[in-house]
Amino acid sequence: MLALQLHKLTKSFPGVLALDNVDFSLKEGEIHALVGENGAGKTTLIKVVAGIYKPDEGQVSLFEKEIDIKNPNEARSLGISIIHQERNLIPELSVAENIFLDRYPKTRFGTIDWERLYQNAREIIQQLDLDIDVRISASNISIANQQLIEIANALSLDPKILILDEPTSSLTETETKKLFSILKKLKSRNVSMIYISHRLEELYEIADRITILRDGQLINVHDSNKVSKDILVQEMVGRELESRFKTSKREIGEQILEIKDLSWENRLFNINMEFYRGEIVGIAGLIGAGRTELADCIFHAKRNYSGEIIIDNKKGKLKSINDAIDHGISLVTEDRKKLGLVSSMSVGNNITLASLKKISSAGVISRKRNENIVTDIIKQLDIKTPSKEQLVRNLSGGNQQKVVIGKWLSSSFKIIIFDEPTVGIDVGARDEMYQLIDQLASDNFCVILISSDITEIINLSDRIYVMKQGTVSGELPKNSSQEDIMRLAT
Amino acid sequence: MKTLKNKSLDSHPVINFFKRIITSREIGIFLGLVILFIFFSIFSRTFLTVNNLLNITRQVSIIGILSIGMTLAILIGGIDLSVGSVVAFVGVITADMMVSYELSIGLSIVIGLLVGVGIGFINGSLISFFKVPAFIATLGTMTIFRGATFIYTQGRPIYNLPRQFGFIGAGYVGPIPFPTIMFFIVIILASFLLKKTTLGRSIYSIGGNQEAALYSGIPVRRRQIITFCIVGFISALSGVILASRLRSGLPTAGQGYELTAIAAVILGGASITGGVGTVLGTFFGALLIGTLQNGLNLIGVDPFVLELITGIVIVFAVIIDRFKEKGLKLFTE
Repeated sequence: MLALQLHKLTKSFPGVLALDNVDFSLKEGEIHALVGENGAGKTTLIKVVAGIYKPDEGQVSLFEKEIDIKNPNEARSLGISIIHQERNLIPELSVAENIFLDRYPKTRFGTIDWERLYQNAREIIQQLDLDIDVRISASNISIANQQLIEIANALSLDPKILILDEPTSSLTETETKKLFSILKKLKSRNVSMIYISHRLEELYEIADRITILRDGQLINVHDSNKVSKDILVQEMVGRELESRFKTSKREIGEQILEIKDLSWENRLFNINMEFYRGEIVGIAGLIGAGRTELADCIFHAKRNYSGEIIIDNKKGKLKSINDAIDHGISLVTEDRKKLGLVSSMSVGNNITLASLKKISSAGVISRKRNENIVTDIIKQLDIKTPSKEQLVRNLSGGNQQKVVIGKWLSSSFKIIIFDEPTVGIDVGARDEMYQLIDQLASDNFCVILISSDITEIINLSDRIYVMKQGTVSGELPKNSSQEDIMRLAT
Repeated sequence: MKTLKNKSLDSHPVINFFKRIITSREIGIFLGLVILFIFFSIFSRTFLTVNNLLNITRQVSIIGILSIGMTLAILIGGIDLSVGSVVAFVGVITADMMVSYELSIGLSIVIGLLVGVGIGFINGSLISFFKVPAFIATLGTMTIFRGATFIYTQGRPIYNLPRQFGFIGAGYVGPIPFPTIMFFIVIILASFLLKKTTLGRSIYSIGGNQEAALYSGIPVRRRQIITFCIVGFISALSGVILASRLRSGLPTAGQGYELTAIAAVILGGASITGGVGTVLGTFFGALLIGTLQNGLNLIGVDPFVLELITGIVIVFAVIIDRFKEKGLKLFTE
């Protein structure tokens, strides 16, 4: 019997076809893995099943009955539970409260029946073979246990279908083993599961079938014991490189940045890298590989790292972001709105924000130096704005990104890190961005390009580091293939 | 003729000037002031006289100066509830330096101002290093220094200040009250600070988006501390002027001033969450409150009712301002 069947599912967002006529089936008691690159449509698919998105077209059948899931609550009452990638526990509440969240047992006076709540919670915890005190607050248990509490929460609804979105991304190997034994137990109780993961190896251990999505389309469905990792990677990547961007010929200059044995909290482990002037170094990897954390360490937004970050062969740890900027490091952050721009300030004042020292003497801003820099940058980057007094929040995404870059171009930078520079930017602006990145390397700056778009990495990079789970899993030369990168990243 | 041809009408300096005025945040409060002026001029014969107008600026100067300090605190994304207590504490310290320790007027004032800077430093440190939200940190210091003032004075006012000291709060230069002059000096200096210095830029950026400011290399903590020191200094200045005007150090001085100052800042178009606002706006805000109270007095409104009306005007002004913002957004998008 099929627990779940999706027939010709289509879902589009402005500018993106996230799901394109996708068929998918889940047998009763089956663990069915869903794989694909970032943006392949996996998350959209499960959000449709969980009632978060409404499909534009197509049918959803549950136990061979066609249904229409209107909202997440309805999905839950139909027996569909979802465990999201980000943890959703409320840290101040106890484990038991988190498990039953909005379904506390009541006494006949309408107050919470704590005894019964704890009792019920303990039963579920025991089912999972866990040893956690259900009365302590969720913030006091380990990350892995928090993940398992999420599962306990889902199980408290007695689901028939369980959806897991990258449940192992923050778990260690032993914790993963534990999770798998729990999942297998659930499987034996005929719970059907959709399992999303970037770690292809573990699929052989846990999944019965594997479905590959790419660019919103269904590519293939395999029995997991009959397919090799190479084939999976090939099918995930698939497409030929589109409109290859021609980079200019460059001479690689002297070494400017060296990273030795860098580790940070439990996210980065013994990273060794080197960077030279006049080259674009791509850093590829899947979401959660630790690339943004690495950028934050180089930029000294995170300073509690161990190991060394050596700039221009000068030893000694930098004290602050301010210090890093003085040493020529700049970072175009992934999150423009939160970290890149002060949206209540004008275009001009954003552009000179990182070079206040340059435009002032004794703390007093020179109007002329300020204007010159702003006018130059607006012209150089062709920022489309009615005036430099315009608030930056009124600009388009591409132009906002240019303002962020302009902020660094006006500073005394030597190294520029781009973290996902083309996310949320339209195609035309994208090409402009590529030209700019290429130009910066030709001008003998050191460019570090972090991107989840493999095509982008291949087209632009002179050299590629691939990261996986907080480590460098390999270094690849120019003109490496997508398969090479994906093999190292998964 | 040639120049006219080359320049499009849009960018003509005069038109630009008017455009900027019409779209500026201060326009609403300014129009409110104008309406008040017209209203009171009709109903009171003494309202629109040079003497009374100067009188308003004198009356409003102490709260006005405090409001300028409050503007800085709010712009950087904080708030300073301790300003009223600083007024009292600095007032009694300055007075006591002259009375008990018989220090010169100048030295006593300098000590008073330094005490203000010190309290600002404490506020700034609590906010930047100990990450206490500004509202809570300054609520604490507000209570602490009010208490300290009462302990220091045993609850009794300090009298018998030197006659010359009275000039600061009650003196005149020609026809112009001395506190008015001080008020304008503070306005000019604060405007300069916000518009022309790197500290000013830092204040706007931290208030607008603290994380982005940090990621742009702004030394956020140091800027927060310096800013709160300046706020402390400005509040202390207010305290000295008030002590001089009263010719005594009153432990109850400045109670509730922080709220009036906040009202003036918000009336002036500043965003309570920081990053947006100007000294000019706050000046109009303080003037509006002062004009309202002066005018209502002149037309003989009961002082109890006066308080009520002031409150209503504040609420309405802010509501209108919010609508204006929405309207402008619709207009620009």
